[in-house]
Amino acid sequence: MASSVLSLRGVTKRFGGLVAVNAMDFDVAEREVVGLLGPNGSGKSTTLNLVSGALPLSSGSVSLWGSRISGLPAQTINRKGVSRTFQLVRLLASMNVRENVVAGAVFGHRRRWGRDAYDHAEMLLEKVGLGGKGDMALGQLTYIDTKRVELARCLASDPKVLLLDEWLAGLNPTELQIGITLIKSLRDEGRTIILVEHVMDAIRSLCDRCVVMAAGAKIAQGTPSEVLSDKEVIRAYLGDDDA
Amino acid sequence: MSLTATDIRNLCLSALALGICALLPFGDNGYWLGLGVTIAMFTALATSWALFSGPTHYISLATAAFFGVGTYVTGLGIETLPFWALVILAGGIGAVLAALVGLATLRLSGVYFVIFTLGLAELVRQAITWVQNNSGQKGLYVLTDLDEAGIYWWLLGLTALVLLGGWMIGRSRLGFALRIIGDDETVAAHSGINTARAKVLLFMVPGAVAAMTGAILAPRYVYIEPSLAFAPILSFQVVIMALLGGASRLWGPLVGVIPFTFLLEAVSSNFPNQTTLVIGIAFLVIVYLLPKGFVGLLDAVLHRINKTGAV
Repeated sequence: MASSVLSLRGVTKRFGGLVAVNAMDFDVAEREVVGLLGPNGSGKSTTLNLVSGALPLSSGSVSLWGSRISGLPAQTINRKGVSRTFQLVRLLASMNVRENVVAGAVFGHRRRWGRDAYDHAEMLLEKVGLGGKGDMALGQLTYIDTKRVELARCLASDPKVLLLDEWLAGLNPTELQIGITLIKSLRDEGRTIILVEHVMDAIRSLCDRCVVMAAGAKIAQGTPSEVLSDKEVIRAYLGDDDA
Repeated sequence: MSLTATDIRNLCLSALALGICALLPFGDNGYWLGLGVTIAMFTALATSWALFSGPTHYISLATAAFFGVGTYVTGLGIETLPFWALVILAGGIGAVLAALVGLATLRLSGVYFVIFTLGLAELVRQAITWVQNNSGQKGLYVLTDLDEAGIYWWLLGLTALVLLGGWMIGRSRLGFALRIIGDDETVAAHSGINTARAKVLLFMVPGAVAAMTGAILAPRYVYIEPSLAFAPILSFQVVIMALLGGASRLWGPLVGVIPFTFLLEAVSSNFPNQTTLVIGIAFLVIVYLLPKGFVGLLDAVLHRINKTGAV
């Protein structure tokens, strides 16, 4: 494996007595697409929140290119080149589509301002399939378009690592194909991607490697076909009878 | 960002409007000048208040605390320092006090922040009263040769500074950061914004302006004491005027300050004991009928006209 961009070591999150994430270890190599899978409530989103700085770790560490980022505030982690989308799309309600994207470009990893930021936002809107919709209000958008706006905002700071929390969930089959092609193009640009995902088609066609979680702990990792035929994984999803 | 033709036109028009306002003392030296002072004072206070509270939705009731500190700066220093130095000093102290308050409280959300800022004015007032009781001193005399017209020009200058500063902040990264924070603080942090720093920096603006306003107005009171300088009603008036006008635009508070000042003036001269009642009713009206102020009403009307025009 090439030098790892992101490494998690013993990453643990406790909410009172509940251990939501329990001693997670895994590495993500440069330009790799890693899928984070697992049944509902297994701690995937929490893991993503720990990496992005949305939540503090209870113990363990996360490092980016060998330097520790756990314990840093979310804005510092973002400036170091880690950007994310949210499981429930979060947009800026008082702004139009273009300004929502500019918001991601001004303060992050690679900063732009004024004309430069607006041109960059326009280019990204084109790229995610929202060309010509920059002046629209958020209320006029369809569900997939709101997801596109969020992705464009996330890309606006030119992040090296992308964390996508169920970005493909809720899309119809046509939209799903468009989404998959888009994410592939992001990897081809040299970005490293972690996906939290349930959509099996997307996992098989996008992920180089998968990490499977159940009840807060890692139970398997490997290529998509390896982990999807793993006995532990089948048990976690379907119960003992089918394993 | 460079200035467009519209920007330059607006700047010229604003400068012209201020220039005309500056002529007021030559026309009248009594009643209208008094109203002018009140309007200039509340415009500076409400506009600077809305710079912070408009985008972030943090309702600050600390205006009276900063204002009172400003009046005491003038009261204590008038014998030793020139007036202009006291105004700048008050601004500096107000900004530092706001930064301290901000660092301590801006992590608090919603109602906790409101209560803390309200308590702050009371805390400073009680502290000064305590010092006075122990030193045997009761109040401070502020004797200057600054007349009503002088105070008016000082306030007008401060208002111009606040409007210009607000306009520049609105175009800056800091202003943009505040809008993002107001919409969604989590998104702001995940877009690389140091949310705590941005909020503290902008909270210093109303702090400094309120303290400077207090410093400028101290000579008008002649005799200052804590219950006058830190009157909590001032904080509420500023909030109501800013919200009545609309905190979403730079000129919004001004649209609230002017009618409200006339209304209060009419009420206090006819029903001197009912001013609190008027403020209460104004608050109900804003909450129920004008949640976005006159600015929001105007936007809605324009929107409707555009719609019918398009059909």
